[in-house]
Amino acid sequence: MPRRNDIRKILVIGSGPIVIGQAAEFDYSGTQATKALKEEGYEVVLVNSNPATIMTDPEFADHTYVEPVTPEFVERIIAKERPDAVLPTMGGQTALNVALTLADSGALKAWGCELIGANARAIRVAEDRKLFGEAMAKIGLRCPEGRIATTWEEALEIAEFTGFPAIIRPAFTLGGSGGGVAYNRDEYEASVRRGLAESPISQVLIERSLIGWKEFELEVMRDCQDNVVIICSIENLDPMGVHTGDSITVAPAMTLSDREYQRMRDAAVAIIREIGVDAGGCNIQFAVNPADGELIVIEMNPRVSRSSALASKATGFPIARIGAKLAVGFRLDEIPNDITRTTPASFEPVLDYVVVKCPRFAFEKFPRASPVLTTQMKSVGESMAIGRTFKEAFQKGLRALETGRPGWAVAARLEDDRLKDGSIETLRGALRTPTPERIFQVKRAFLAGLTVAELHELTAIDPWFLAQMQELVEAERWYASLPATRADDLRRMKRLGFSDRQLAALRGETEGVVRERRWTLGVRPSYKMVDTCAGEFPSSTPYLYGCYDAESEAPRSGRRSVVILGSGPNRIGQGVEFDYCCVRAALALRQQGIETIMVNSNPETVSTDFDISDKLYFEPLTLEDVLEIVEREQPEGVIVQLGGQTPLKLTRPLEAAGVRILGTPPDAIDAAEDRRRFEGIARELGVAQPPNGTATALREALAVAERVGYPVLVRPSYVLGGRAMEIVYDAAQLTDYFAKAAIVSEDRPVLIDRFLEDAFEADVDAISDGTTVVIGGVMQHIEDAGIHSGDSACVLPPFLIGAEDQGVMRAHTEAFARRLGVVGLINAQYAIKDGTVYVLEVNPRASRTIPFISKAIGVPLASLAARVMTGESLAAVGFTEELVAPYVAVKEAVFPFNKFREFDPILGPEMRSTGEVMGIATDFGMAFAKAQLAAGNGLPLEGSVLFTVNDADKASVLPIASRFAAEGFRLLATAGTARHLEAHGIAVERVFKVHEGRPNGIDLIVNGEVHLLLNTPLGKHAQRDDYTMRQAAIAHRVPYTTTLSAASAACDAIAALRSGAPGVQSLQEWHAILRATPLATMGTAAGAP
Amino acid sequence: MSSPETQPGFLLLEDGTLFHGRYLGGAEPTVAEVVFTTSMTGYQETFTDPSYDGQIVVMTAPMIGNYGINADDPESARAQVSGIVVRELSPTFSNWRATGDLAGWLAQQRIPILTGIDTRALTRHLRSGGVLRGVLGAGELPGDAARAALEACPSMEGLDLASGISTGRSYAWGNPRAPFHIVAYDFGIKRNILRLFEASNCRVTVVPARTTAEAALALKPDGVFLSNGPGDPAAIAYAPATIRAIAAAKVPIFGICLGHQLLALSFGARTVKMPFGHRGGNHPVRELETGRILITAQNHGFAVEGSEAGIPGAPDLVATHVNCNDGTLEGLRHLALPVFGVQYHPEAAPGPHDARPLFPRYLKMVAEQAG
Repeated sequence: MPRRNDIRKILVIGSGPIVIGQAAEFDYSGTQATKALKEEGYEVVLVNSNPATIMTDPEFADHTYVEPVTPEFVERIIAKERPDAVLPTMGGQTALNVALTLADSGALKAWGCELIGANARAIRVAEDRKLFGEAMAKIGLRCPEGRIATTWEEALEIAEFTGFPAIIRPAFTLGGSGGGVAYNRDEYEASVRRGLAESPISQVLIERSLIGWKEFELEVMRDCQDNVVIICSIENLDPMGVHTGDSITVAPAMTLSDREYQRMRDAAVAIIREIGVDAGGCNIQFAVNPADGELIVIEMNPRVSRSSALASKATGFPIARIGAKLAVGFRLDEIPNDITRTTPASFEPVLDYVVVKCPRFAFEKFPRASPVLTTQMKSVGESMAIGRTFKEAFQKGLRALETGRPGWAVAARLEDDRLKDGSIETLRGALRTPTPERIFQVKRAFLAGLTVAELHELTAIDPWFLAQMQELVEAERWYASLPATRADDLRRMKRLGFSDRQLAALRGETEGVVRERRWTLGVRPSYKMVDTCAGEFPSSTPYLYGCYDAESEAPRSGRRSVVILGSGPNRIGQGVEFDYCCVRAALALRQQGIETIMVNSNPETVSTDFDISDKLYFEPLTLEDVLEIVEREQPEGVIVQLGGQTPLKLTRPLEAAGVRILGTPPDAIDAAEDRRRFEGIARELGVAQPPNGTATALREALAVAERVGYPVLVRPSYVLGGRAMEIVYDAAQLTDYFAKAAIVSEDRPVLIDRFLEDAFEADVDAISDGTTVVIGGVMQHIEDAGIHSGDSACVLPPFLIGAEDQGVMRAHTEAFARRLGVVGLINAQYAIKDGTVYVLEVNPRASRTIPFISKAIGVPLASLAARVMTGESLAAVGFTEELVAPYVAVKEAVFPFNKFREFDPILGPEMRSTGEVMGIATDFGMAFAKAQLAAGNGLPLEGSVLFTVNDADKASVLPIASRFAAEGFRLLATAGTARHLEAHGIAVERVFKVHEGRPNGIDLIVNGEVHLLLNTPLGKHAQRDDYTMRQAAIAHRVPYTTTLSAASAACDAIAALRSGAPGVQSLQEWHAILRATPLATMGTAAGAP
Repeated sequence: MSSPETQPGFLLLEDGTLFHGRYLGGAEPTVAEVVFTTSMTGYQETFTDPSYDGQIVVMTAPMIGNYGINADDPESARAQVSGIVVRELSPTFSNWRATGDLAGWLAQQRIPILTGIDTRALTRHLRSGGVLRGVLGAGELPGDAARAALEACPSMEGLDLASGISTGRSYAWGNPRAPFHIVAYDFGIKRNILRLFEASNCRVTVVPARTTAEAALALKPDGVFLSNGPGDPAAIAYAPATIRAIAAAKVPIFGICLGHQLLALSFGARTVKMPFGHRGGNHPVRELETGRILITAQNHGFAVEGSEAGIPGAPDLVATHVNCNDGTLEGLRHLALPVFGVQYHPEAAPGPHDARPLFPRYLKMVAEQAG
C-alpha cells in the first residue's frame, strides 16, 4: 500500500525536556519524522516543550507548539489544529504515555484522530508487564519469572517467590526510572515503594534476577503488509543487571552463532507481530543464559528509542525516518535506502565494521549519589565509535567520551578508578560491582596478572570481550618493550585503536612526538564509508569513520568546505543546545553552497544524521582525530565556537598546528578566559567587575579571598556547566575546595570572585560580524545570583530589570564584542546590585541560551553566526536590529534529582540540570506557569503551602506568603518562619521540624497534605532537616522551590492559572505577532512591568 | 585457545591486484574464484557449504571466529571452500556450544586462511570489477608457481563442479517410516535441507547427481528435490533431460539454487554468470503472488535470465519471485506441472528463516499429488 491519502494533517508528539533516559535521541527521531512526513506532503503539527531541539525550529513543522507535553495541552492542540492522525512513537515514553491517556479518555476518538505508528493496544501490551507476559507465553517465548505488585503487601509475598537479588521494574516509566536491584529486604522495600510511586499506574513487576546473563537487543521494523526486517543487533558488554543505557554496547552482536542469532530473530519477528506494531519500529531486549543459550525476552518498546538512534547511526539505516513513512502507509520496499539510493529499505543492514557505544556519567556532579549501576539508567550521554574491529572501536569509544582518558587507560590515581587502595583484594571486590570505572578496573586486573577466567568469574563479562581486552594489554607490553618503533609497529598499534597519547605514554614520549613520527613514516588513517551493505552496492553518502586499513573512500571534493566540530557526548552543561547550533550552521552553510563537514561522536544527535551535512565523520573529538580530518579535507577553516567546550578546548592546539579557525580569533577566546587579560579589557572599557583575582595555589587563593572579601565564588578556568564552581564562605571551606577540586583545574589557575549576594543576574547573547554587533536577547535569571545560569529559570525580555540597566548591558556587550574582535556569537553574564551592572563573564562563543532566544525571536542565530564566520556581513544575512518580542518567553531547567535520591536537590553555582523547557505567553505569570508544567512541576491551584526558610530570607518571604494567603492557600510553616510571619500579621499553622516531634513536615508531605514546598537551604551546618524534606517532596512529587525568587514567580504563575486555562499558540503564530510589531527602540524595550 | 603462528601471506588477483596479510595454511598456493559474502554470522555453515566449492571466500564481517566451532553447525561432512580471507581471525572464542577454535579446525581441514586484509577494499574491488580468480599463498610476494597456478586456473564459466562434489552413492536420511519419500539429487546438498525435510515428515533418499530419471522414479518418490551446488549450471549437460523426464511423470519437483537453475534450463530458459553474484543473508525477495518481502539467504554466482515480466525461452515457466535490489529472477514455477524452484536458500543455515514456509508448501503439493 502506498501513501495514505485519507490523512492530511499529522500531530507529532515530542519527548519534552532532556532527562536521564530520554535525551537528544528524540530530537534526532522527531526531526527525521517531521522531515519525512513533510517530504510526503503532509501538514505537520508538532508539540515539544524543549526549545533546545532542532525539531522545534519553525521550518521543520507547519505548526510548532512549544507547549507542555501533557495530555491537557496536547488535547488543546488537537482541538485547535484538528489533525487526522497522531504519531506517538517518536517522542519516547512521554509521547506514548500522553497518547495512551488521550486514547483512554476518548479524546482522540472525540476529535476524530487516529493513532499511527503504534496503536493503543500495542502500547498497552508492551508496557503492561502482565499483558506482555501473557503475550509472550502465547507465542511460546519466556519472560523472566516475575509477578506483578500494586501494593507493598503484594510485593512482600512475591519476594518469597523470587528471593534475592530481585529486579523491580515499574510500569510506564522511562529509562527504568524508579527501578532497581534489591539484594536484601531493606533495599527491596525502598525500591518497591519508590517504583510504585513512580509508575503512573502504581504497578511494578518483580522479577527473579538474571544477573550475569548475556544481554542483547534487536531493532525491528514492520510495515503494514507484515513485512518485518531486523535493522541491527546489539550486544551488551556488561551483563544483565546494568541498564542498557549504562552499558558499553557493541553492534553487531559479537558472540552469537547464526543458529542463536536466527532464533533471536525469529523471536523478534514473532514479538512485533504478536504485540501488533502495525507500521513502525520497536526495540526488543533479550537475555541469554551463557551456560546453555536459554533465551528470555526482557522487554519490548513499540517506538523509537535510544537504541534505535544508536542502531540508525551504527548501520546507516534511518529508523525514525523510515518509521514515519511506514506509519503513513508505505511498504518497506516502496521506500528507498537513502544511503545507497539504488536499493530499497526492505533489507537488513550488514556491517563490515564494529560499533561500540560507551556511556558517559555525571557522578562528579552528584557526589553523594550511589555510583553503582543497576537497572535504572544513570548515564547522561554517550559516545559511539566505529572501527574495523572491536578493539579499535572500543578504544576510540572510550577516548571519545572526553573524560580525559586517551582510550582504555587506567587513571593516574587509584581513587579515579574508584579504588580505595592498590591491593588485589580491593580490586577483586570492586570488580564484582558494576560502576562507571569497572571497565578500567578490568585493565588494572589484567596488569596485575588476573586471567580472563578470573575476570569472567568476578564481572560476568563474556570471556570473548575480556580476551579482546587482554590482547590490548599484551600489545601495550610488546610496544613498550620495543627497542625502536618502525612503521609496521605503529600501524599495528593504531589498528588496535591506540591513540597517539596512549602510545606516547607507553614509551615516555609526548603526543606531538608520536604524531610527528607517525606522519614521517606515513602511518595515517584511512576513512571508510558506513553504507548499510558492507560494500555490496556503491554508496553516494559520505558517512565516514577512520581506521588504519589500506583503502580510503570519499576523497576530498575540492569544493570550498568548512569543518564544523560538534560537541561530543552529552553531559551536564553541554547538551543538545550545542548540537542544535552545529546543525544550524551545517544547514546554513550548505544552503550557501559551502561543503559542510561535520565531526562528532555522539550517536544521539541530529548533527550525526548523515542527511544534515555534506560529509559526516563519526570520530572522537580529540586533537589527533580532528587534525587527521582537517589534514585530509583541507577546509577553508574550522568552526569551533558552536559546539561548547569540546571544540573550544581544541582551538589553541589546532591553531598551533596551522589550522585556520573561522570567526572570532582564538586569541579573543583566550583573552576572555584569561582572568588577568579580561580584567584589563573590562577596565579599559570601563565595565565594573566584582573584585576578583586568580590563584594557582592555596596560599595565593587565601590571600585573594582575603582581599576581595568572603563570600567568594571559586572555579577553575576553561570549564563549562560550572564544573567545580562553589560559593565559599570562609578560609576553611576554601582550603577544602582546593583539596577536592585540584584535578579539574589541570594546569590552569582557579578564578576567585567576590560573590554578589542578592544580585539580579542576566545573560546577554549577541552576534557580531566584526563591525556590526546585534543583540540577540537580554534574559533575566529568575533565581538569584549564585545559581548557575544553566540551572536558573530565565525570562526574555527581562521583567524586573529596568530599561536603563538593560541598556547598560547591551552597550557593554557590544563593547566587548568589538574589543575582542568577535565574529560570530558572544554571550555575556551580568549581575546587577545596588544600581551597578557588573560583568561576571564573557564567552565569545555560542551559549546554552542560543536556541531559546532563536525560538523566542524567530531568528536562527547560529545559522547567521555560521554565515558571518564564513565572511558575510550581518547586513547581508538580514539581521541588523535587535528584536524584542511583545510576549514573554520563560526557560526553566529540568533536574535529574529523582534519579539520584541520595543527593540534596538544592541549586548552586555548579550546573546540575540535564535539560530545559520553554513557556511562551503574553504575560510572565502564564509563561512561567507553562514552563513549570512542561518541566513536570505541576503547580497547585489550591491547598497548602509549607514555608521553611532561612533567616536571610525571612524578610523577603512576607510578601510571598501574603500573596499565597490572598489566593486562598492554607499556610504552613516551621517554627522560625512561623514566628516571623505571625509577627507580621500573617496567620500560619505551625509544623514540626523533623527533630521536633511528629507529625512533622515530612509526614505532611508523605501524607499528601502539602501541595507546594517553599524551602530555602539553611546553610552548610544545619542541613539535615531540610535535606530530608526536599527529598520527601521529590519522592512524593510535591512541587518545591528552593529560592524565594522562584517562589514569587510560582505565585505569579498560580495566579495566572487561576484566572483562566492557558491557551496554546504555535511558534509560527507568535513570530507573526513579532513581525507585525514595530521594532522597539534600543534601551526602552518592552517587557518591564 | 592459543593463537597459532601466522606467517606473511598474499592474495593475488588475476587483474594483478595484490593484498598482503598474515597466512595460515599449507605451503602450496591455492587458486580459485574469489567471492565475498556479507553474512555476519554462520561462518562454519558457510565454510562447509558445498556450493562454495572452488571458491576463495572473503568475509565482509570483520571479526571471524568469535564463537568458535561446534559439531552441529556444519552443512556437510567437511570444509568445502578453497580458501578464506578475513579482516581478523579471533584468537579466542566464547560460546556454550563451542567445541574448539576456528583456526585449529581450519588447519585440520587443510583450508588456508589469509587474515589482516582490508576486506572492504577487496570487496569493493570485486563489486566494481566482478569476481576474479585469485591465488592465495604464503610469503611476501607470489612466486612463479603461484603465478603459474593462477594462469592455469579455469574460469567458473563452463565448469561442472556439482558432478564432482555429489555423493558417490545413495544414502537415506530421516525416519524410515515417515509418510513421504523424497528423492534428493545431490549437486552439493546442504544438510539443513535434509533436516528440514526430516522435520516435515519426510524420509529422504539422497542420490548422486548422475542418477537417471528411471532410477530415481524406480525409488517411487512422492517428490524429487534438486539441491544447491557449485559451478556453472549450464555445464551439467545431463541434468535437463533427467529433470524433464521426472517432471513428465508428474512427480512434484522442488529446486533450490543450482537446482532451480537446472529446472529453468530443463524448460528452455538460459543462465548467465553474474558480475559478483549474491552471497549473504540479507537479500530482499518479493513474492509476486502476495507482494510479501522475504529476507533471504543467498549464495549464487549464476542466475536464470528473466524478470518479473517473464523468462525468455521458457514459455511454460513463470516468475514467482524477484530480487528487490536488482530485479533478478529469484523463483519460478511451471504453469502446468507441480514444479517450482527458488534461487535463494529457504533452508538458510546461515541466514534468516523467512522463506522456510516453502518446505511445507512443497510438502502440501507432494501430499496432494500422492493422495
